[in-house]
Amino acid sequence: MNEQLYNVSANPHVRDKASTHSIMLDVIIALLPATLFGFWNFGVKAIINTVICVAVCVLAEYVWQRFMHQKITIKDCSAALTGLLLALNLPPEVPFWIPVIGGLFAIIVVKQLFGGLGQNFMNPALGARCFLLISFAGIMTNFSYNGFGGSFDATTSATPLAALKAGEVVNLKAMFLGNTAGTIGETSALLLLVGGVYLIAKKIISWRIPVCYIVTLGLFVLLFGGHGFDMAYLAEQLCGGGLMLGAFFMATDYVTSPITPKGQIVFGILLGILTGIFRLFGGSAEGVSYAIIFCNLLVPLIERVTTPTAFGKGGKK
Amino acid sequence: MKNNSALERLYNGIIKENPTLVLILGMCPTLAVTTSAINGAGMGLSTTVVLMFSNMIISILRNFIPDRVRIPGYIVIIASLVTVVQFLLQGYVPALNDALGVYIPLIVVNCIILGRAESYASKNGPVSSFFDGLGMGLGFTVSLTILGAFRELLGAGTIFGKTILSESFYTPITIFILAPGAFFVLACLVAARNKIMNRKVKNGEMEEIPAGCGDCSACGNSCCSSKSFFDMSVDNKKEETKAASEEKAENK
Repeated sequence: MNEQLYNVSANPHVRDKASTHSIMLDVIIALLPATLFGFWNFGVKAIINTVICVAVCVLAEYVWQRFMHQKITIKDCSAALTGLLLALNLPPEVPFWIPVIGGLFAIIVVKQLFGGLGQNFMNPALGARCFLLISFAGIMTNFSYNGFGGSFDATTSATPLAALKAGEVVNLKAMFLGNTAGTIGETSALLLLVGGVYLIAKKIISWRIPVCYIVTLGLFVLLFGGHGFDMAYLAEQLCGGGLMLGAFFMATDYVTSPITPKGQIVFGILLGILTGIFRLFGGSAEGVSYAIIFCNLLVPLIERVTTPTAFGKGGKK
Repeated sequence: MKNNSALERLYNGIIKENPTLVLILGMCPTLAVTTSAINGAGMGLSTTVVLMFSNMIISILRNFIPDRVRIPGYIVIIASLVTVVQFLLQGYVPALNDALGVYIPLIVVNCIILGRAESYASKNGPVSSFFDGLGMGLGFTVSLTILGAFRELLGAGTIFGKTILSESFYTPITIFILAPGAFFVLACLVAARNKIMNRKVKNGEMEEIPAGCGDCSACGNSCCSSKSFFDMSVDNKKEETKAASEEKAENK
C-alpha cells in the first residue's frame, strides 16, 4: 500500500486491459458463428476462399511492412480481421484469384498507402469489395447456391434481396436463419445478431451505430418502400443483404467511424438513409457497402460538428 | 543546353516540367478522356496544336495586348484556335471527335494553355514560345498516352485497340477504364517519375531552376531550388568535396 504512494506517473492512472490484439480477436470470435455457418451453407469453396483471403491479407501486410522497414504488426490480428470481413463479403463461388486481388487491394492500397492501422479513411475490407464489385461485376454478383450444405446441384439464383426488389415472394424464415443465396457471411441474420450482441455486451462496440442504422433504415423502408406498414416486408428488408454484417461489424470499425457519441448517432442515421436510397431507388438491390464507405468519408466532418465542448469552455457569454 | 533554345524547351516540357506529371495541370481532360491510349494521344495532340500556335501568337502580340485585359485577349486567341482544331477533327477524324466529345471545346479553359501564355509566352519571343508550346504539348501527349495505355491494358486488355492480354487468361479489371482507375494510374506515374528524378538529385545531377515557374504551392517538382531541403543537401555535398580536396592539398 505504502509503496504504491510513491509510484508517481503521468495520467491516465486507470488503464483497461484491452489492446488492439484483444479487440480484433473479440471481433473475430463474434464473426465465427456466421463464418462457420457460411462454410456449412456453401461448402468447400467458401472455406478455401476465406482461407486465401485471410492468408493474402496477413502476408501482404507482412511483406509491405518488411520492405518499408516498419514495425511488423501482423500479430495484432487486424489484417486477419480485414481478410475475414472481405471473405464474408464475397460470393462463395468466385474464382480463387478474386480474394487474392481483393486482399492485396484492401491491405496495400486502402490501408498501408494511407499509413497503416488507424490511418485509413475507409474500411479496407469494404473498399476492396467495392473495387471488386466495380471491376468484376459479373463474377461478384453471380450468387450460385447449392442448396443447404451443397446437397443439390448448383443453380444460379438471385439473392433474397434481389428477388424482393423484383417483386417475388421470399422465404423470411430462411432469410433469418441463413439458408439462402448470398455472400459467404451475410446470409444468417440470426447468427450475425448473436455476434453483434456479444460485441455490445463485451463493450467492444457501442449500440449507437448499429441501432441507429437499423432503425433509420426500417423507418425509411416503411415510409418510402411502397408497401405501407407491411411488417413482413420490413422484416425481409432488414434480414436481407449485408445489413446485419455491415451494421454490427463494418460500420463500427474504430478507425472509420466517429468517436463522439452524437457523431455515432448521426453516422448511423446517415447510413440508414443512404442504404434506403440505394436499395429502394438505386439500380442494384443492395447498398450497404456503398453507404458505409460513403459515410466513412464523411466521418471527419461529422466529428468536427459533434465534438463535445470541453468543461469550462463555451456556454453563454 | 542553352536556356530558351528549342531543344531546352522540348526537354523542359517533356521531362523537367511535364505539365501532367510535375505541374499537375490540366487534370480535367487528363482524368476524363484517357480511357484508351488513342483517346489520350488524340487529346494530347489536339492540345499540342492549340498550345503551339496560341503561344506563338500571344508572344507576337505580347506588346500590343494591354495588361489589364490580357486574359480575355488570350482567351479569344485560344478559343479561335480551338474552334479550328474542332472543325478539323470533325471533318477528318469524326470517331475521335465523338470519343473526346465536350473535352475538345474545353481545351479553351485548359490551364496548361493559359498557364504557358501567362508565365512564358507573355515574356519571351515567338520562336522560343512556339517550342515551349511544342514541348509542353508533347509532354502532355506523352503522359496522356502512357496513362491511357495503362488504363486500356488493365481495363480492357488492349493497347491502341490491339489485344495484348487475351480474355482467355485475363479478366479485364473494369475499374481502370472508369474514373477511379485514372487516379490510381496517375498516382503511380507521378510516383515513378519522382522516383527516377529524385535518384538523379541524389547522384548530384541537380536540375536547373524551372524557368517561368510561378506557383510553388501547386508545383510537385521536388528538384526545384525554392524547396530548400534539396538545395541544402546538394550544397553540403559540394562543401564536403571542397573540404576533402583542401585536406588533400594540405597533406601534400
